[in-house]
Amino acid sequence: MTAEHSTLLLNSNAIRRILQRISHEIAERNEDSQSVVLIGIQRGGVILAERIGGFLQQIWGHPVPVGQLDVSMHRDDLDQRAVPDVYPTRIPADLNDKVVVLMDDVLFSGRTTRAALDAIHDLGRPRSIQLAVLVDRGHRQLPIKPDFVGKNMPTRLNEQIRVLFQESGQEEAVYLVKS
Amino acid sequence: MSWNRHHLLDIQSLSRDELLTVLDTAKAFKAVGERAIKKVPALRGKTVVNLFVEPSTRTRISFELAAHRLTADVVNFTAESSSLRKGETLKDTARNLEALNADIIVVRHQAAGAPHFMARFLDARVINAGDGAHEHPTQALLDVFTIREKKGTIEGLQVTILGDILYSRVARSNIWALLKLGAQVTLSGPSTLVPRIFQQMGCRVTYNIEEAIAEADIINLLRIQHERQRQSMFPGLSEYASLFGLNKNRFARTKPDALIMHPGPINRGVEIDSDLADCGRSVILEQVTNGLAVRMAALFLVSGGKGPQEIAA
Repeated sequence: MTAEHSTLLLNSNAIRRILQRISHEIAERNEDSQSVVLIGIQRGGVILAERIGGFLQQIWGHPVPVGQLDVSMHRDDLDQRAVPDVYPTRIPADLNDKVVVLMDDVLFSGRTTRAALDAIHDLGRPRSIQLAVLVDRGHRQLPIKPDFVGKNMPTRLNEQIRVLFQESGQEEAVYLVKS
Repeated sequence: MSWNRHHLLDIQSLSRDELLTVLDTAKAFKAVGERAIKKVPALRGKTVVNLFVEPSTRTRISFELAAHRLTADVVNFTAESSSLRKGETLKDTARNLEALNADIIVVRHQAAGAPHFMARFLDARVINAGDGAHEHPTQALLDVFTIREKKGTIEGLQVTILGDILYSRVARSNIWALLKLGAQVTLSGPSTLVPRIFQQMGCRVTYNIEEAIAEADIINLLRIQHERQRQSMFPGLSEYASLFGLNKNRFARTKPDALIMHPGPINRGVEIDSDLADCGRSVILEQVTNGLAVRMAALFLVSGGKGPQEIAA
C-alpha cells in the first residue's frame, strides 16, 4: 500500500517475529495454559488473536480457544462520532474463571480497551484479564497498561498507525501515516 | 457502513445499503437478547420518549424493551393520558418533550407525515412507529430481517402479501423494503382492499388467492383493520375467512418450504386458520423476537453523532 507520507515501521518478517515473541511471553506468564482464552477486539485484534492462538497451540501442544469481541455497544462516544459498524461477537468458551487475553492491533487512548473490559464483564467473570497489543502509540486517556506489547511507537496526534494483515488480502505491514 | 441519518421516518427514502446496514446491526443486537445479561450501555443516560398518539401495546412494549436493553431511560406518553386531549398541538407536545431533553422520540400517530413534520423542527431524533396508513418502517425491517434469517437472502424470493393492503402501513413499508432488496411482490385479497394502482409500485396484483400463494416463498398475512376502515369493505368476517383466509386446504397447495408471517395481532379463524398460526412453518413469534432486535438497531443507529468514522483505539 502506498499512501502519501506513510513510513514503513514493520514488515511481515518483523511482525512474525513480534507475534512469536508475544506468544512466548504469554506462555511464560500463564502456566495454567488450559485456562487461557484469547479474545480479539473487532476488528483490528481478530487476526492477531488467531495468529497468536496458532503459535500458542504449537508451544503448549493443545488448542487455545479464540474468540472475537465487538465493543461498539460499550463505547462511551456514540453521540460524538458517526455511528460505528457493529461486527459479530463470538465467544468460544464460558469465560468464568478463565484467563482472558484481550488482543488489539493498536493501543491509543485506551477507550476501546475500557469498552472491552465492560463487554467482557457482561459475558462472564474471568479470573483475570490481560492485554496484548501489536503497537502502543501512546496518548493514553485512561489508566490502561498493556501486559504484552509488540512495539512501542511514540506518535503525534495527527499521525495514524495503519496495520495490514495478509488475511485481508493485502501485504503484511505496519505503517505510520502522517496527515 | 452507510448509515448517517438522525431519523428513521420511512422505508421509501432508504437506500438498499442503508437497509442492509440496519439488518446487519440488528443481527448483532439479537445476540444480546440471548445472553444472561441482556443489556448493553450504548444509550446509557439517553431519554427515549414513546409518543403513541394512536394506541398500541405491542409496538410500544417492543420499543420500550429495546430502549431498556440499550440502558436508556424510557417515558411512555399515550394520547388518552396526555395534554393532547386538552387540545395541545402535536408541535407543542413535541417541543415540550424536547424541553425535557428527550433524545429520541418514537412516534405513532394517525396522521400520515406526522413523524416527518416533527423531524423538521426537533433536534431530538425521530423514529416513525406508524403514521396513519403511510409507513411502519420497523415492522418492515423486522419482516425482511426474519425472511433473510430463514431464507438466507431476499433477492429473487416470491413474497405474497395477503389481506387489507389499502389501509395498511405495514404493507406499504414491506413493499418498499422487499422491492429494494430484490424480491418479487404479489398482493392479493378482496378487490375492495387491494387496488390495482399498487401495480405502479412494481407489485403483481391478483384477486385469485390460490394463484397468489402457489409459488410464494413467503406468505405475509395482514389483519383486517376494523379501526381504519371507514365502511364495510366485505360482507363479513366469515365470508372473508372462506374466500381469502389461509386455511389448511389452501396452505396444502403452497410450496413445501413456504413460510407464514403476520405482523400481529392475529385474528384466529379469519385471516389464518388457528392451527396454521402455530405450525412449524409459521414464523410469527420469531417476528416478535426479531422486532426487538431491529428496534434496538434503529435506536442505536439514529443516535450516532456527526463525527468522523475513525475511532481512536
